[in-house]
Amino acid sequence: MARKISMKQAINEALDLEMRRDPAVIVMGEDIVGGAGSPGEEDAWGGVLGVTKGLHAKYPGRLLDTPLSESAYIGAAIGAAACGMRPVAELMFLDFMGVCFDQILNQAAKFKYMFGGKAKTPVVIRAMVGAGFRAAAQHSQMLTPVFTHVPGLKVVCPSNAYDAKGLLIQAIRDDDPVIFCEHKNLYGHEADVPEEAYAIPFGEAAVVREGKDVTIVSYGLTVHRALEAAEQLARERIEAEVIDLRTLSPIDWDTVLESVETTGRLVVVDEANPRCSIAADVAAHVVQEAFGALKAAPQMVTAPHTPVPFSPVLEDLYIPTADAITAAVSKIAPRAMAA
Amino acid sequence: MSTNPFPLDKADLMKAYRTMRTIREFEERLHVEFAKGDIPGFVHLYAGEEACATGIMMHLTDVDRIASTHRGHGHCIAKGVDVHEMMAEIYGKATGACRGKGGSMHIADLAKGMMGANGILGAGAPLVCGAGLAAKFRGDGGVGVTFFGDGASNQGMVLESMNLAAVWNLPVIFVVENNGYAESTSVDYATAVDSYVDRASGFGLPGVTVDGTDFFAVYEAAGEMIRRAREGGGPALLECKMVRFFGHFEGDAQTYKAKGENDYNREHRDCLKIFAARVREAGVVTAEEFAAIDREVGALIEDAVASAKAAPLPTARELTTDVYVAY
Repeated sequence: MARKISMKQAINEALDLEMRRDPAVIVMGEDIVGGAGSPGEEDAWGGVLGVTKGLHAKYPGRLLDTPLSESAYIGAAIGAAACGMRPVAELMFLDFMGVCFDQILNQAAKFKYMFGGKAKTPVVIRAMVGAGFRAAAQHSQMLTPVFTHVPGLKVVCPSNAYDAKGLLIQAIRDDDPVIFCEHKNLYGHEADVPEEAYAIPFGEAAVVREGKDVTIVSYGLTVHRALEAAEQLARERIEAEVIDLRTLSPIDWDTVLESVETTGRLVVVDEANPRCSIAADVAAHVVQEAFGALKAAPQMVTAPHTPVPFSPVLEDLYIPTADAITAAVSKIAPRAMAA
Repeated sequence: MSTNPFPLDKADLMKAYRTMRTIREFEERLHVEFAKGDIPGFVHLYAGEEACATGIMMHLTDVDRIASTHRGHGHCIAKGVDVHEMMAEIYGKATGACRGKGGSMHIADLAKGMMGANGILGAGAPLVCGAGLAAKFRGDGGVGVTFFGDGASNQGMVLESMNLAAVWNLPVIFVVENNGYAESTSVDYATAVDSYVDRASGFGLPGVTVDGTDFFAVYEAAGEMIRRAREGGGPALLECKMVRFFGHFEGDAQTYKAKGENDYNREHRDCLKIFAARVREAGVVTAEEFAAIDREVGALIEDAVASAKAAPLPTARELTTDVYVAY
């Protein structure tokens, strides 16, 4: 039975259902309950934006507030995973990866391989990503490419509430370390979400709009910008196929390539900075694998190569807009714009 | 027949000696084999430090977890990792503990509670906090022991872990293997406090310093901390002052040490000699009984090396196994 809920609620539901199903699932992070040791209310916050609110009462002792020590508690989540638990650790903002990156890069990502397949690290690290929140340079980045670059890590970034619930359930059940990216500007975005548990497999992109003239690939918030652009383009009689990657690692090359084989035109939209972005990764791979099918060079629409600015007028220029996407399409699909 | 003044019975005394002797012979043989050029990469030898690993591991079972350092062969052997598999791993062979994909610095055996030697110094501390957390959830009385050196003791994640273990009351023992050197840098230079016990108390943990070349001192101090942790008494820090006979890595010219320092240590601070002398003098184990163990261990190491040399290398296919995307 589906009903409209927000992405924030969908994430809460995923955690609730998995914690109910599997006693090995524990959740830890800064203020994920809130009020620890403080004189006021318990469960004061339920996470800085309330995503984990209410779980503490249902699962006493299984949600742990942590000191301000990412290396220690992200590492502890990883160690507990290697010892048979299924921890979900919250790294409040993915921008904070700098203070704990070794545990993710050199420990979690590498145990299975380094130990000859004789270890598994079923940890999920949830973190907020993305700009548009006026949170400025150190709380607004899209650092997904840093993680997709690391073998052994799975990286996921849903664009809507339905995918968020199914992908988080999948992440918790997955035996590999998963970086689960939650776009802070999509927390309030609503979609129809079933009440029951369901898992969306990794490595499966979603074709969210079909079209024959150009393939627009994106993930996260900019999927919605791409859909806006597709509406604009449809008025010009250009039919865009919009692909939501959903999983950034492993990436669903088959769906992307199949689409480009039909359209011959590719625009990749990525909120990350351009150098070594996922846009660059997708564009290069498509050129190598489907060069013959391409009618024009792939276009990458990304944030500028700058930190995220604070002033709203500037931040609004930072995130790829629907106009920027239509402009990129126009560069490579002029013929289709005939009257 | 003499009475046994030690806190271990004769069988355990001989087991302790066998463990220390196995570590010593393993490392001494690696020193020789490495010098021949047969071993790829880097090895960091634990010779001289045996009493620390052994004195602590005598209190642990497979349900307890440890995390080790780059200098991990001693911890592996004391925790029960198979010597043949270890040797094969160091030679990069397919029969190694990690199928040749980890090497000396990443030997692990999770079934034996050995969460891995680690090339990132101090990285074991958060991991063992996780092991302690898992033990609490399981309620099995298990403990975690994280080993790190005097150098790594200054790594931020170690300090964070000490605080985390204290606030969460985790059954974790932080063991500072203070051999005086972090690579070539002296502990006197790199650590501001004179005693790690002061640092422990600064983080809300009890701490004890022992002579790490004295098996019995390590055994008794560790035993007390481990028992307390099992009973829910929380974390503690054990500093073991010891010496390493070899360099930071094999190939290290060790010019940062004083002239004659290694010779002096081998003569006066050899934990095996000290242990054997004490136990012989008390009349509990005879010289011949120790010698028999020496011969058996010698044969074990000889066989391990021969097997490792004869073992097959990993196939090319193994490059892209044990990882979810194989391109």
